[in-house]
Amino acid sequence: MSTTTEPKRTRTSSYTAAAANYIDERTTISAVVKEFGRKIFPDHWSFMLGEVALYSFVVILLTGTFLTFFYDPSMAETHYEGSYVPLKGVEMSVAMASTLDISFDIRGGLLIRQIHHWGALLFIAATGLHMLRVFFTGTFRKPRELNWVIGFGLFILAMGEGFTGYSLPDDLLSGNGLRIIEGLVMGIPVIGTWISFLLFGGEFPGTAIVGRLYTLHILLLPAVLVALLALHLVFVVVHKHTQFAGPGRTNENVLGVPILPTFAAKAGGFFFIVFGVIVVMATFFAINPIWNYGPYDPSPVSAGTQPDWYIGFADGALRLIPPGLEIEFLNRTWSFNILIPMVALGAIIVLPMIYPFLEHWITRDNREHHIADRPRNAPTRTGIGAAGVTFYGVLWAAASSDLIATHFDLAMEHVIHFLQAAAILGPVVAYLITKRVCLALMKKDREIALHGIESGRIVKLPGGEFIEVHEQLDDYDRWKLVSYNDYAPLMIRPNSRGKITAATRVRAGLSRWFFEDRIAPVTRRDVELSHGEHHAAAAIEGEHQSAIGADRNRH
Amino acid sequence: MADDHGARDVVSAGQSARSVAVPVSASQETSVSPGLGVIAPDRFENPGIPPHQPRVTDLDPKKEKRAERTVYTLFYLSLAGSVFAIAAYFGFPIEENNIASTRMNNLMIGIGISLALLAIGIAAVHWGKALMPEEEMIDHRHPVIGSPATRARAVEIFDQANKESGLGRRSLLRNSLIGALVAFPLPAIVLFRDLYPGNQEDPVSALSHTMWKEGVRLTRDPSGTPIRASEVTLGSAFHVIPEGLDESEHYLEEKAKAAVLLMRLRPDELNEIEERKSWSYDGIVAYSKICTHVGCPVALYEQITHHLLCPCHQSQFDVTNHCEVIFGPAARPLPQLPIAVDDEGYLIAQSDFTEPVGPSFWERASVNDN
Repeated sequence: MSTTTEPKRTRTSSYTAAAANYIDERTTISAVVKEFGRKIFPDHWSFMLGEVALYSFVVILLTGTFLTFFYDPSMAETHYEGSYVPLKGVEMSVAMASTLDISFDIRGGLLIRQIHHWGALLFIAATGLHMLRVFFTGTFRKPRELNWVIGFGLFILAMGEGFTGYSLPDDLLSGNGLRIIEGLVMGIPVIGTWISFLLFGGEFPGTAIVGRLYTLHILLLPAVLVALLALHLVFVVVHKHTQFAGPGRTNENVLGVPILPTFAAKAGGFFFIVFGVIVVMATFFAINPIWNYGPYDPSPVSAGTQPDWYIGFADGALRLIPPGLEIEFLNRTWSFNILIPMVALGAIIVLPMIYPFLEHWITRDNREHHIADRPRNAPTRTGIGAAGVTFYGVLWAAASSDLIATHFDLAMEHVIHFLQAAAILGPVVAYLITKRVCLALMKKDREIALHGIESGRIVKLPGGEFIEVHEQLDDYDRWKLVSYNDYAPLMIRPNSRGKITAATRVRAGLSRWFFEDRIAPVTRRDVELSHGEHHAAAAIEGEHQSAIGADRNRH
Repeated sequence: MADDHGARDVVSAGQSARSVAVPVSASQETSVSPGLGVIAPDRFENPGIPPHQPRVTDLDPKKEKRAERTVYTLFYLSLAGSVFAIAAYFGFPIEENNIASTRMNNLMIGIGISLALLAIGIAAVHWGKALMPEEEMIDHRHPVIGSPATRARAVEIFDQANKESGLGRRSLLRNSLIGALVAFPLPAIVLFRDLYPGNQEDPVSALSHTMWKEGVRLTRDPSGTPIRASEVTLGSAFHVIPEGLDESEHYLEEKAKAAVLLMRLRPDELNEIEERKSWSYDGIVAYSKICTHVGCPVALYEQITHHLLCPCHQSQFDVTNHCEVIFGPAARPLPQLPIAVDDEGYLIAQSDFTEPVGPSFWERASVNDN
């Protein structure tokens, strides 16, 4: 080190040290840095999905705060006098007029509004994909079941935030959306009518709903969401992140990069990339052009109406119900055409939410699981997930049934009837195919673990036979294929009182469903045995033997 | 976190590559039941971390320099993007009544901010990937469950608190506390009752009538001009609101119930039931426009087939058969508005709808009885 730089460095570092010391004396921040500064985060592309969700939420918070300075949630009637000529003089609510002002008269307002809307769409999409990643890799297992449930709370809140925000401009499309919500709420037995009147402050649309949704959208829902999000992240720290199986990775360690500096650089940089991509979308692609829809009026509506994508599954469920499912009984109206879709939507939310507890009840596996499953190694779970995704996807497609019909020149009735059938048969077919594909992939993995990969080298044996030389995997590659959890179906045995309870029978049945088609991981003995066959076969075929030997040596 | 081993446990993977070949059967695996899990006795052992492969930037100082240049160039580019965004804010202002200027403003500010953000992001990630150490490190996990000593102490604390407060022993104190705690949020819930103020009309009654009554003229939506029967030509359809809706104090609420569709068919095309024969006029029929499913406006009329289609959920109603449902999720026909013609030839309502319009609600069946 040169002597000229020495004193300079000491001075700067002494400033930093003094500042750090000042803060530490008042906060014990050094303990936090010691605890978390070198915390390890594993790397995998799929772990970014949750990050995308988190970062787009931050973007929404920032842009939403900007919008609150200009948006006015009043349903008072006014005549629009802003810059957008086609709507000049049109009577509309102050909420709609202020949204138009943000879009046309505030510099950068349209950009921020579009960032907010695109960000919201990305937030919910990323949340959904993150949940699928967690489901298909089985990382909801002990000790993460509760965090999975919290995640569902976040998902529901995200959709609630989306819907309340979507309704705030008070335009024609969102007004129709609210009308549909009102119709749904009124269909609830006993309390529906009253809930609707309390929500809207009277008859639809009233003059209260936008203000109330605004309170929900910017105060209540975000507060709960931030609290749950914080809890969600605390659990991620407590549990430490899961990792995929790989050499050196065990259930008792976590391999990856430390927070300071590498993870901070990558994740911090990734935040800016997510933010930047959302801004690019907002710069080049319009979203929710309310000026094309006009103010809310209960009478007009345009063909091809659709909600934002994440509400599509609910709208689709409403569309697929066959006619006539409403009865009058006990002098009351029972709207099963509303109730059945509501139950279906509830099932889409609740069944996956309780799935970890169901799977645990079947396996009674009380170990902690920190190694993410490859989806193929849990064929039944993956099949169930595929069935759920298919059901959701059919409902989602149904929300565009009319557009599908016009685009592909089909009769709308045929589209609906096809989707009705697909909603019931699709999940079954998806389950069967997915499970079979998973088992096939496991068989392939087993084959590779036992016999190695085809090298492409053809060798002619002295007897005239041609064989292809297989290259054995090295220990590291093989480990990825053999290190998964294996389960066997439950054998029914009487309990201590000599009885077999109904619950045991159900559990045994379910465990057969889950684990009867079972491909056990390759063991050392399996490999030895398969090699044994090899040796026996190759003993008389020295050339082949030496070919493999040479191959191994080269490796 | 209570994990006070944290820092000490972190070791470079390279140093201990062999020592981490921990079999699956470590500590908790033996003490915790695997349930239906099968652990083969001769399973493969974890081979440990593979040897580290250095990157080009670790080996070639030139490549390292180049990565460094890329990173700082991107940071400067980001700086330029931010400056450009501010310049665009002033340089591309929104001019009054000029949509193109709004578009330009949006585009230019957006490009500036995009550049500022993406350049920072890509630079930081590149820095992390190319220049910061990428060799994986190991952190040890500990079972999430508290240590036996911690758990024992927690139980002890609860016991002691219980003893000191008498919560378990003094059952009257405990039960009255629970009662008080259950009751205290109830006023907060009751306070929300006036989200729909108590002095307002009963919901069921409000839903059961509309602005239509005997003699109210049918007028065009939204102009409000009355409609002569002679103007309704065969095959035409009118979007209708009641006369005087404009003056109504609750314009949107009344419109949401009173919107009507008026169509003229050939009288022989209408299959009218006996008691409703007098509700139409010379093939002109009026039906509520509010869908009986969830309340969207049934705005699409197919002239040839005389079907009405709701664009929201595709319920279809057959106008020739009193708007009965022929497809889609709706369950009930659209309510019919009985119409007639006044002395001046204008279409008028004979009365209000004879049943509540719009989506079903719980008490609806009881309204029908009255």
